[in-house]
Amino acid sequence: MLHETKVTVKIPRPLYRKVQLVIEKSGFSSPTDFIVFVLRDLLGEAERKGPAPAEKAADTIEPNEDFSATDLEAVKQKLKNLGYL
Amino acid sequence: MIAPHGGRLINRVVEGAERDRLLGLAPKLPKVVLNAREMADVDMIAVGAMSPLEGFMTKTDYDSVLARRRLAGGLPWTIPIVLAVKSDASAESYKEGQDVALETQDGQLLAILHVASKWKMDKGDEARKVLRTDDKAHPGVGYLDSIGDTYLGGTLSVVNRLKYEKYNNRRLDPVETRTLFKQKGWQTIAAFQTRNPIHRAHEYLTKVALEIVDGLMLHPLMGETKSDDVPADVRMKCYEALLANYYPKERTALAVYPQAMRYGGPSEAVLHAICRKNFGVTHFLVGRDHAGVGKYYGSYDAQKIFDEYAPGEIGIHLLKFENSFWCKRTGGMASTKSSPAGPEERVELSGTQVRDMLRAGTLPPPEFSRPEIAKILIDALKAK
Repeated sequence: MLHETKVTVKIPRPLYRKVQLVIEKSGFSSPTDFIVFVLRDLLGEAERKGPAPAEKAADTIEPNEDFSATDLEAVKQKLKNLGYL
Repeated sequence: MIAPHGGRLINRVVEGAERDRLLGLAPKLPKVVLNAREMADVDMIAVGAMSPLEGFMTKTDYDSVLARRRLAGGLPWTIPIVLAVKSDASAESYKEGQDVALETQDGQLLAILHVASKWKMDKGDEARKVLRTDDKAHPGVGYLDSIGDTYLGGTLSVVNRLKYEKYNNRRLDPVETRTLFKQKGWQTIAAFQTRNPIHRAHEYLTKVALEIVDGLMLHPLMGETKSDDVPADVRMKCYEALLANYYPKERTALAVYPQAMRYGGPSEAVLHAICRKNFGVTHFLVGRDHAGVGKYYGSYDAQKIFDEYAPGEIGIHLLKFENSFWCKRTGGMASTKSSPAGPEERVELSGTQVRDMLRAGTLPPPEFSRPEIAKILIDALKAK
């Protein structure tokens, strides 16, 4: 038996059709990919606005003249938005 | 964290006032329209994926790579990263010491090349030294035959990143993979390069690697490949299905490796390893006939070439694997290194056998391919 890692979410069919139109030639391979991306982006934005002191302590690569602390935060946020973190 | 090749992660993306200046300058410059391989190279150089390269190679580096498989400064490097133009009247507008605007095929400005070197190359010489053949049936030789015979070298100032149409949610620059690994607490990371769907044999190699490292990055090459290779869309579905069902999510990552295939076998294996080091990878898997094509290279040439360098020179741990298979005697995946069984006790299928089965809608045995992967491939063949 395989471990189930995904769940089914139902959305209105007209909305689904709109999503299908939106993703044409967009680089997303399916409506599901697009919806997951949008949700992660929204949730990531919400997290960013809220306090997250614990996360700020865990820096990744050290900021230097080529790579500022702001850049680092942006990278971490992108990784979260894409579901890597 | 492993150091990039040459010690510093190159960043050739320009911003702010300098970018504005170059954007204003670009329309007045001679231009070169890049092909798919060159566009991918520019974007990889921009973010340090090909550190220490800061642009297309100059003649000094090019000659050194061909003669001794090293950059002029001595660092190991095996494949020329070059920009070709035709030797016609337009080539006269490209001059050493001047700038050239580099554009995509649909006219988008990507970068300014500060031309430091311009020379006429010998296609046969490059083919024999890098690809080990000048047979025009070899796709890498065919590519050389299709491009101009004058190279332009120099540093790049990248004003716009390349816009990809697909897999944007799987595209991570070296600074991003390095951050990812650090955030996950991975100190040792193995990367698996592939341009094919992953069957049980490849899965086995990655699982063996995963037993000795903290994390695995599946890093499939999604740049330009031969037209008869399995399409990227199909392969991506296979990778996603395999990782979702058969790997621990918290110890794996899937990201696109944007480089174009050179089909350079051993030479390309070294390039693949060096670039993965730049992405922060510490261990690189090299199996049978890595980056090979047809019968141009010996099965393990891509492993032997690393022996030409002193230990530590490449700077990434090489995990060398032999051909693996399902072993009926031991009841598990194995290779000739770990199983005493003879060929008759192995479940092995040739590429032709697998393609015939998939075309007929028949699932290969589960010892050879996971059913989810076989189904994706069957569906793709039906849709053709």
